[in-house]
Amino acid sequence: MDLNELRHGTELLKRGFAAMQKGGVIMDVTTPAEAGIAEDAGAVAVMALHAVPSEIRRVGGVARMADPEVVSAIIDSVTIPVMAKTRIGHVMEAKILEAIGADMIDESEVLTPADEFHIDKSLFTVPFVCGARNLGEALRRISEGAAMVRTKGEAGTGDVREAVRHIKLILGSIRSLKGKNHEELLKVAREIEAPAELVMETAKLQRLPVVNFAAGGVATPADAALMMYLGADGVFVGSGIFTAENPEKMANAIVEAVNNYEKPEVLAEISKGLGAQMKGIDIGTLDEREVLQTRGW
Amino acid sequence: MLIGVIAIQGNVAEHVNALERTISERNCHGTITRIKHSGLVPDCDAIVLPGGESTTLARLMWREGIATEIQCAAESGVPVLGTCAGLVLLAVRSDAQREGAEPHLLGAMDIEVKRNAFGRQCDSFEVPLDVAGVGDAFPAVFIRAPAIVQCGRAVSPLARVGEYVVAAQEGNMLALAFHPEITSDMRLHHYFVEMI
Repeated sequence: MDLNELRHGTELLKRGFAAMQKGGVIMDVTTPAEAGIAEDAGAVAVMALHAVPSEIRRVGGVARMADPEVVSAIIDSVTIPVMAKTRIGHVMEAKILEAIGADMIDESEVLTPADEFHIDKSLFTVPFVCGARNLGEALRRISEGAAMVRTKGEAGTGDVREAVRHIKLILGSIRSLKGKNHEELLKVAREIEAPAELVMETAKLQRLPVVNFAAGGVATPADAALMMYLGADGVFVGSGIFTAENPEKMANAIVEAVNNYEKPEVLAEISKGLGAQMKGIDIGTLDEREVLQTRGW
Repeated sequence: MLIGVIAIQGNVAEHVNALERTISERNCHGTITRIKHSGLVPDCDAIVLPGGESTTLARLMWREGIATEIQCAAESGVPVLGTCAGLVLLAVRSDAQREGAEPHLLGAMDIEVKRNAFGRQCDSFEVPLDVAGVGDAFPAVFIRAPAIVQCGRAVSPLARVGEYVVAAQEGNMLALAFHPEITSDMRLHHYFVEMI
């Protein structure tokens, strides 16, 4: 075999990596010790951050990429993949995270946007995940090269309402493409501001062409199970685990809940005695300027 | 013929599609079933362990009681295909994990594996690979792939990348470090179905 024939960073490798996460839970962690707890619980990957989204929300100010030292320490501490967040449009933060070996980059509305445009993700070897509130936004991110889409929800609130709304909206829009002819699909593409070929592909596949996770407010085993029930391919859990009274128990319970989402009697057992959960913020009480999901386009 | 795909996490749908296509190409009757809980493995004529995260898969397979069932099936001669993380799970030994972490492998195949042998996601690669007994230039997709670093006497290495064995067979067990389920080349799935 000729080692020169090796090809890196192809679309198949990027989407293939994302597909490997299906049916799994990706957990936000801020230290190697937390990453270890996540790995032991059965997380498929961790998101390395300097602070969980609820803390980022509380502190305020400009939220940037985590210290590469923190990300590197987490990379060195676990065998599961490690993801990290870059600001929307911040090509350089993304290049830095790629250089230190992050396995996937989240171009995230949780951080303060650096540009009105998103990163051209097709230029990178590392795969990207991006947030979306609706089908148009999801397909725009895919056309820029995102290998995974996640609902935006409303990060750092522990309120699952917006994540539910976004996943229902995206999957409902995909269902509504069924039976439409070519010119009707072209009309949809114009209306939702998405590339026509991706609208056609989505209509034919009856799902997004990439893996579609739920995120933004998922805080309990029941929340995670709900997202799987609604049709998500997997779940991101941000602040819900390490702001809970007993993170180990909560992490284990959320992983088991995703694997047993169709069994309420098992979910009942899983949900017992987990201790105090993340306090959270009712999204209805947020000021317009505090809403993160409207970042990006 | 009933083929069970362990459906805890990872590339499940891709394997189900690939197997359905293989069966229809062979004009034979067969059913593919997804397995998330114990009780179904003993009825299967073949088992597929898909790629995903080996740590996650191992933990849930033992918790759900599927692991012991697969060990029994493998011992009784039921064909088992393990791809990527599935290859790690079939092994008797793997490289050391984080201290204190329990790997819980099935130990069904006499191979020692190294997780993420080729590096992180940026080092993932595609390559045309010659697989002994299957064919040449198989489009092999390696994603954070493991590799076999040592084979027991009964194990036949089928393909190599550099110093590593990346495909091997031991009787009824077939282990692949790459992902035949995400390409349109069905030769390896045909090879596996012929083992049934």
